Amino acid sequence: MARLLPKLIGCTAAVVIPLALAGCAAAREERVTVRLWGLGREGEVVRDLVPEFERRNPGVHLVVQQIPWTSAHEKLLTAFVGRATPDLAQLGNTWIPEFAAIGALEPLEESLARSASVSSRGYFPGVWETSLYDGAVYGIPWYVDTRVLYYRPDLLARAGFPDAPRTWSEWLDAMRKVKRIQPSSGHPILLPTNEWEQLAILGLQKGSPLLVENGTRGAFSGPEFRAAAEFYVGIYREGLAPIVSYSQLGNAYQEFARGNIAMWMTGPWNLGEFRRRLPPAEQELWMTAALPAPDGTPWPGASFSGGSSLAVFRGSRSKAEAWKVIEFLSEPAVQARFYALSGDLPASRAAWDDPSLAGDEKARAFRVQVERVVAMPRVPEWEQIAQHMAERLEAAIRGRESLTRALAAIDEDVDRILEKRRWMITRRRGAKSGA
Amino acid sequence: MVPERRPLPSEVRAALIFLAPGLLVIGVFFLLPIGASVLLSLTDFDIYALGDLANVRLVGLRNFSRLLQDPLFWISMRNTFYFVLVGGPLTLGVALAAALLLHSKLVRWKGTFRTIFFAPYVTTLVAVAIVFRYLYHPRFGGLNRVLELFGIDAIDWLGDPRWAMPAIILLAVWKNFGYAMILFIAGLQAIPESLYEAARIDGAGPFQVFRKITLPMLAPTFLFLGIMTTIGYFQFFAEPYVMTGGGGPLNATLSTGLLMYKQGFRWWNMGYAAAIAVVLGLVIFAFSALQFWIEKRRSA
Repeated sequence: MARLLPKLIGCTAAVVIPLALAGCAAAREERVTVRLWGLGREGEVVRDLVPEFERRNPGVHLVVQQIPWTSAHEKLLTAFVGRATPDLAQLGNTWIPEFAAIGALEPLEESLARSASVSSRGYFPGVWETSLYDGAVYGIPWYVDTRVLYYRPDLLARAGFPDAPRTWSEWLDAMRKVKRIQPSSGHPILLPTNEWEQLAILGLQKGSPLLVENGTRGAFSGPEFRAAAEFYVGIYREGLAPIVSYSQLGNAYQEFARGNIAMWMTGPWNLGEFRRRLPPAEQELWMTAALPAPDGTPWPGASFSGGSSLAVFRGSRSKAEAWKVIEFLSEPAVQARFYALSGDLPASRAAWDDPSLAGDEKARAFRVQVERVVAMPRVPEWEQIAQHMAERLEAAIRGRESLTRALAAIDEDVDRILEKRRWMITRRRGAKSGA
Repeated sequence: MVPERRPLPSEVRAALIFLAPGLLVIGVFFLLPIGASVLLSLTDFDIYALGDLANVRLVGLRNFSRLLQDPLFWISMRNTFYFVLVGGPLTLGVALAAALLLHSKLVRWKGTFRTIFFAPYVTTLVAVAIVFRYLYHPRFGGLNRVLELFGIDAIDWLGDPRWAMPAIILLAVWKNFGYAMILFIAGLQAIPESLYEAARIDGAGPFQVFRKITLPMLAPTFLFLGIMTTIGYFQFFAEPYVMTGGGGPLNATLSTGLLMYKQGFRWWNMGYAAAIAVVLGLVIFAFSALQFWIEKRRSA
């Protein structure tokens, strides 16, 4: 008997398992598989939303593949060349022009027109703008990334600023006064030299278009950008910001808590980082504010509109189901839950009414700021241009080059990078007038 | 007068038939891609060309002239030469020392040591790189812990521009010397014992024996390993790709191979990337030729 039992179990298993497998296979065949590529942390946490989606859409099997941010761009391009793109993917907003230009993405106007839940009106205008290319919609904003001012309320108050500065001159004044009460190794503001966003933001605030002539020429020697760059470089030259790249910095949060840094222009992910990295007793030491504006312009000053969108690939064979995933992830309740999981700020307006966000005083600055965000120039070459810009300006900050020379050099770089784009536009125009 | 076509001698024909499969494979998988890369380097194939092939233009040598003015290219060349000129001799030196030890009659457990030394060579680089990243960690890494015992301050191995390259060279030497060691051992075993006996009868000391017998007899092995190591090291890519996030800090570990990858697959400037490949290929060719030439002059 003792020997018979394992045999019996074995026999039962031999009969039951194939049947069960067959059952599964049958169920799976009826379901449409949709593949979603999520990037980095977002790709990880979006998995937690899958069961809810599949429960509501029994006919769709959603497979999430997580791709690391550092290699995502090349993986997506390679997938496009190899015709192995997923059905939909999370795309950094600055990538949308590029993927739209090569014809990898499906325009979404028709789906939008038919959709009951997703509409451009539900989004912040500056955020919605990022998913347009040549006037067509190629993505639905998923979450927002922008920059605000993180600051030490106690240090600023001691320096005579009970509230965060609202104009550039107030800002500069605050930096100078904070410097006097800081430890000698301290700096009033942290602007890591390898980040191009802060400089681009100052340029946008001063009214520089960054690129002109339909995105074919640089405007970096122009008076607006020059004024912004002078302000920016001046901060370093006066010793108000340390000349370091982010990786050289060590632990920025500790430096902040020690008072070695009193202000930091950075993004929403740091809401979570500050909460995680500083002990509860030090949570009073940081606050956020929307960006100061150049003198004579209304507060808050513009910030840049980054983040990610969800886009459907042209090569997908289940576009309708992919759109369902987008609709699901765009629902305010799901967006709020996604915020709770990832800390990424929702792109949809309604999600901001969720108590988890509306009741968070440190997130409030972002709510103010997203109303005043501007998209970066929407040309495929933008990231390359931005990196050149940061590198050239670093030479000026370090005094290796004059500012005039650095700005002219950026324009030269940009003109070279955009040469192809100019050629293509001229050719297209020629073809039109010839026809 | 029309020259009379002589039929090929039958042994030449037979040889051709036997060589044909090999030549075909070399032609299709070797010469063709090289030719294609050279052609690609004369175009401005880029992201727009992916969408529509009509966007490709022939630009002649413009990619090359731009390359020579690109500061990043020169930084990458400097890094690559640093890696090759320091890492290459170091690898061969360590390999030779290990080979001499394992060849010595005094050492026991030879098979075990050979296996241990050779194991890194056949391990996946990515796995090794992850382990080394732990070893190099500024606060918790084993390497700094050992240095602490000697009172040396913690070094940010992969984060400090001065130390990142030495750290990567150390990894490459550790990973690659096993292969050279095996070949050196084979070379050592091929040296006839009678030469050593004759030298000793003539009264040569151990250092003289090494210089006058061992080294010259190993010359062919040296040439082979020198060329193979140089070729391999000139193309170093995976180490910085995995360990320093693609060439950081401050481009201190940006190799030419990595720059090519970034231009090609990050920005999708395929024409430009192909130009980098051609230049790197020429540099490797020149270096190999130089080594052949030195060896020829030495043995003449």
